[in-house]
Amino acid sequence: MKRLATFCRRNPTIIIGAVLLVLVAAVALAAPSIAGDPVALKPIDRLQGPSAAHWLGTDFLGRDVYARVVYGARVSLIVGLSVAAMSIVIGLGIGLAAGYWRGVDAVVMRFMDGLMAIPAILLAIAMVSLNRASVWIVIVAITIPEVPRVVRLVRSVVLTVRTLPYIEAAVSDGSPAWKIVLRHILPSTIAPLIVQGTYITASAILIEAALSFLGAGVPPEIPTWGNMIAQSRLFIARAPWTIFAPGTALAMVILSVNLLGDGLRDLLDVRLARRMV
Amino acid sequence: MTGTIARRLASIVPVMCIVAICVFLLLHFAPGDPAAIMAGDNATPQNIAAIREKLGLDQPVWRQFVVWVGNLLRGDLGTSLFWGDSVTSLIAQRAEPTLSLALTTIALAVVVAITLGVVAAARVGSLIDRVVMGFAVMGFSVPVFVVGYLLIFVFAINLKWLPVQGYTPISEGVGPWLQHLVLPSFALGMAYVALIARITRATMLDVLAEDYMRTAKAKGVAAAPMLLKHALKNAAVPIVTVVGNGVALLIGGVVITETVFNIPGVGRLVVDAIARRDYPIIQGVIMVFSGVYVLVNLLVDLSYTLFDPRIRG
Repeated sequence: MKRLATFCRRNPTIIIGAVLLVLVAAVALAAPSIAGDPVALKPIDRLQGPSAAHWLGTDFLGRDVYARVVYGARVSLIVGLSVAAMSIVIGLGIGLAAGYWRGVDAVVMRFMDGLMAIPAILLAIAMVSLNRASVWIVIVAITIPEVPRVVRLVRSVVLTVRTLPYIEAAVSDGSPAWKIVLRHILPSTIAPLIVQGTYITASAILIEAALSFLGAGVPPEIPTWGNMIAQSRLFIARAPWTIFAPGTALAMVILSVNLLGDGLRDLLDVRLARRMV
Repeated sequence: MTGTIARRLASIVPVMCIVAICVFLLLHFAPGDPAAIMAGDNATPQNIAAIREKLGLDQPVWRQFVVWVGNLLRGDLGTSLFWGDSVTSLIAQRAEPTLSLALTTIALAVVVAITLGVVAAARVGSLIDRVVMGFAVMGFSVPVFVVGYLLIFVFAINLKWLPVQGYTPISEGVGPWLQHLVLPSFALGMAYVALIARITRATMLDVLAEDYMRTAKAKGVAAAPMLLKHALKNAAVPIVTVVGNGVALLIGGVVITETVFNIPGVGRLVVDAIARRDYPIIQGVIMVFSGVYVLVNLLVDLSYTLFDPRIRG
């Protein structure tokens, strides 16, 4: 108990970030029981300010803004976490191979350099506009530009570790290459990947919101914070809550993931993980 | 020196080739039929066939690739499906607002961020330092469009200090031009300021711990020249690197900022192309923006020699 208290005092950003995130995840999971119908139209009640019936007011079609903000958390979290998981799995595989087998390295890294030169949001726009809108396409479209950043991170860890004496010992011991990579090198990538994973989650949530805002996101009938803001932008003077309620939710979630990432980076003493926006 | 420049310039070629290949693969290995998606929901088979022919999708893949690369080399980025004009000319027509926005943002962000970073490092642990670091985390977390609408709501709608949106060309006067760029630059610059301020503070802290800083202090160098001349100059390389890498962030942000503030630039061109499924425009803008990004980072690499003579040669 005492140790837990000390940990909390020394790492306030991890605690704040984690608590906020758990809260948002709980809200997203419990959405049907804590909020009304996010797509029910009531044109007569359009653009009403916050009230007892509609905690965060209504939008230009009379939809309940609170319900839409609550449901919007679902897409943000699903996309953020899926992108982080997928880009880490793919990037880890490619990065281990590139770092250990020098022949693979030259080709793969040139390809990654090219991919990194393409602005992430434009690459995602191109992919989404070539396919029918769906949550899956958005996840893939955001994952692709994130992969090279993971590959670079993993590769740099492998390049550092592979020169250490215990790897040399394993090699002279006759361990097969795959065993050296998985047993002796892979564990060193875990700490930096945890930190990088939080940054990727934050950036994926940001890009998903931007794509939805620009009309290149998930199908418009699914409420997301990005498309709520896009649909409400003409009413900013009359009904600012329709923009700032989802905007605040978005900023809060990204902030909590970033705080968690910064805290973990200090705690695990990871220098390699970097925020690449 | 010229040798270095030539070598670095040549290194752009493979990167841009890969960008071109990626963009090409994206179109040709899309799971559905891109021509059908571009034609829209009410398209007749004839419409779809016409688009397929226009984009050369009816040709064998290797042939399409040769044509695509050949056209790129001649500066031909294809023809817009919606406008019927060449993508190159459409981009050129909209370059001024985008360049203006990008340049004012970079100028603003670099000045603000370096000031914040230096002050925070000089007073490390103080209230100012904590405020700057807190602002840096916020800057990464609040999306461009949320900042943009907040600025519009406060400074344009309520206080009426600045125009809500739009763009005035610089040929109509520097005053009105700048007036329309203030809010967009602040919105776009937030994350960029956060990025640069953070690295400035971190690098300055490293430099301030060096022995030569103690020597300077012992010699009696005044605080301001010590910070700026002795410390900041030695902290320049990492800062300039981040300024260059951060351009990627600006390029992505430009697309969003131009939509929020209704600025008729290259970013708006792309966003309008999304709804119209005008893929040649999206593809062309990707090539141009990636090219700009690669070029800026080349300039950053070359600038190292200005700040650090050890890298020369």
